[in-house]
Amino acid sequence: MLMNAQPEVAPVRATVGDVTVPNPLMTCRNVDVWYGDKQAIRSVSIDIARAQVLAMIGPSGCGKSTFLRCLNRMNDTIPSARVTGEIIFDGRDIQNKRQDVVQLRSRVGMVFQKPNPFPKSIFENVAYGPRIHGLAADRSELDEIVTESLKRAGLWEEVKDRLAQPGTSLSGGQQQRLCIARTLAVNPEVILMDEPCSALDPIATARIEDLIDELRQTYAIVIVTHSMQQAARVSQRTAYFHLGDLIEVGPTDKIFTNPSHKLTEDYITGRFG
Amino acid sequence: MNSTANRTSKQTQVLVARSLRRRYRSEFIFRALGVLAVSLGVLAVFGLFGKIIADGASVFRQSYVTLEIYYDPEIIDPEGGRAPEALATADYQALIKAALREKFPDVEGRANLRELYQLVSSGSFLSLQRAVVANPSLIGTRAQLTMPADDTVDMFVKGQVGRNAPVAERRLTDQQVAVVDRMTAAGILTMQLNREFLGNGDSRDPEQAGVRGALMGSLLTLGLTLLLSFPIGVAAAIYLEEFAARNRFTDLIEININNLAAVPSIVYGLLGLAVFIGLFGMPRSAPVVGSLVLTLLTLPTVIIASRSALKAVPPSIREAALGMGASQVQTVMHHVLPLALPGMLTGAIIGMARALGESAPLLMIGMVAFIVDVPQGLTDAATVLPVQVFLWSDLPERAFIARTSGAIIVLLVFLVVMNATAVYLRNRFEKRW
Repeated sequence: MLMNAQPEVAPVRATVGDVTVPNPLMTCRNVDVWYGDKQAIRSVSIDIARAQVLAMIGPSGCGKSTFLRCLNRMNDTIPSARVTGEIIFDGRDIQNKRQDVVQLRSRVGMVFQKPNPFPKSIFENVAYGPRIHGLAADRSELDEIVTESLKRAGLWEEVKDRLAQPGTSLSGGQQQRLCIARTLAVNPEVILMDEPCSALDPIATARIEDLIDELRQTYAIVIVTHSMQQAARVSQRTAYFHLGDLIEVGPTDKIFTNPSHKLTEDYITGRFG
Repeated sequence: MNSTANRTSKQTQVLVARSLRRRYRSEFIFRALGVLAVSLGVLAVFGLFGKIIADGASVFRQSYVTLEIYYDPEIIDPEGGRAPEALATADYQALIKAALREKFPDVEGRANLRELYQLVSSGSFLSLQRAVVANPSLIGTRAQLTMPADDTVDMFVKGQVGRNAPVAERRLTDQQVAVVDRMTAAGILTMQLNREFLGNGDSRDPEQAGVRGALMGSLLTLGLTLLLSFPIGVAAAIYLEEFAARNRFTDLIEININNLAAVPSIVYGLLGLAVFIGLFGMPRSAPVVGSLVLTLLTLPTVIIASRSALKAVPPSIREAALGMGASQVQTVMHHVLPLALPGMLTGAIIGMARALGESAPLLMIGMVAFIVDVPQGLTDAATVLPVQVFLWSDLPERAFIARTSGAIIVLLVFLVVMNATAVYLRNRFEKRW
């Protein structure tokens, strides 16, 4: 009788599909995340491949953003958050206390949901990363990094004549590309994107998606998105999260055309979410 | 069942119109109350300022008597040795008396002459003494010298006491009034900028009393207070807000800081007396002790304002910086602090304005003493403007009424200049995001 007073905890649902990839860049095994007493993610295991876009989809509150933030330890900033399990990057567990988060974040860059340029000039926004990490020996090298990063983010033509203007004076889509340029300037290996287009109009979204497709040649990209069309357009691999469990992982075309799990199918076909 | 469903749209419109009337009425009442409240505030401010300016504006000009002084060697230095001791202790009052007798030869008799001498400020001999000690070659020469008239003359000339008022109230005899009229006619009694009020320290003679000492005291005290409380307050706020772990201990500290902001200021004075003067043996009446006490007093205000300024910085900026791989210190120094600085400056203004107006804690540490000399350093005995106001308001001479208000005007100007500087700085640092 007393046992019934306890809230029922559903058993962890096993992931359908192959979570591994050949020669992975990052390997996550049995990752759990708690916020205080509440478990946000349960035993998630997945590999992150090189030069490929992994899309993470799922209904609100399913833990996909939480998982994304584990990959560069942004959850450290939330005092109540606790992460367990293994996240191996370059042969080392990034959860290890000896892992320097500053170094980790220089290799795993992040683009946020809402464009958040620094309230400084466009130039300073892009130059900030190289400056703090000491990537440029002199001014001309810094200029080169900034120019190159803005070009790769497809923003150069629009801003080359007004680098001294504040980054916040740009339009929303331009601001988000500025944030991507800022991330590229540090030359990371992985770029995490947390719903990067949710605050943008369709045209700005299309430009970002084109950009993601280009960047995939060089970087491993993990993108969280609410738009299934976007996931289908930009990613090669898709992971479906549901209430803290990783339900299904697979090639994007398979997930969207022939999902194996009932929950994935329900979500894809718009029965909830 | 559902009454809305059974109504025609016209019936609904009638009901809406009725509720609209009610809404307009309550909106009108609310606005009227608001306008009333604002006008009351404006009226109070203007009434206060009007009264103070009406009382105090006259103090910035003062009656001066110009006399030809003969620096008589017989009086100053009868021995002729020019010994500094002799020069310093000579009877300079006698020189002024001689000049007055020379100017008004028809005034005779001891009593009448004494009345004549009373017309010139009794403290004027000090400026003669200073001049001669500094430059003994003056002895034997003649020079025009302008010195303040007595405060009774000043009030009479300014019309603050009536010509026909009783002598006891007028404080001038008929004969003195006649001499004052002759001085005015001769052009040797003139109104000039009140150099004594702006240039002197305190004095028992109203015409010699000035705010310079208190102003310097306030400047020294507040300067050091700002230098101490702003960096300490900002550092404490940054540590508590950005670095400290959230636990029982930091909660306790937070509660304590909030409580400290509400402690009556005189308690800080007692603390200063016991700790800084009693325990550390620092000098009494000194600006350095005053600023230490005021630092303690303003710290909670600065910390609380700085913390809320830090809280107001959008978390997205922190995430952006951390996501770029900035360390926590870099995030705070490069991004959070510049955005929070305007708010922190506002906190400092509020703290400094409070410190400027404080008198109670300074009474405890002896900054209430009668101090004639203008303080030159942080350890010289000094008083501050609000305490000077308090001191003068207590004195019996009527001329101190105007000086009290005059000191308040100086205090308000000080406050306005200080706040304007801070607002200017804040606007320069202000950035949009």
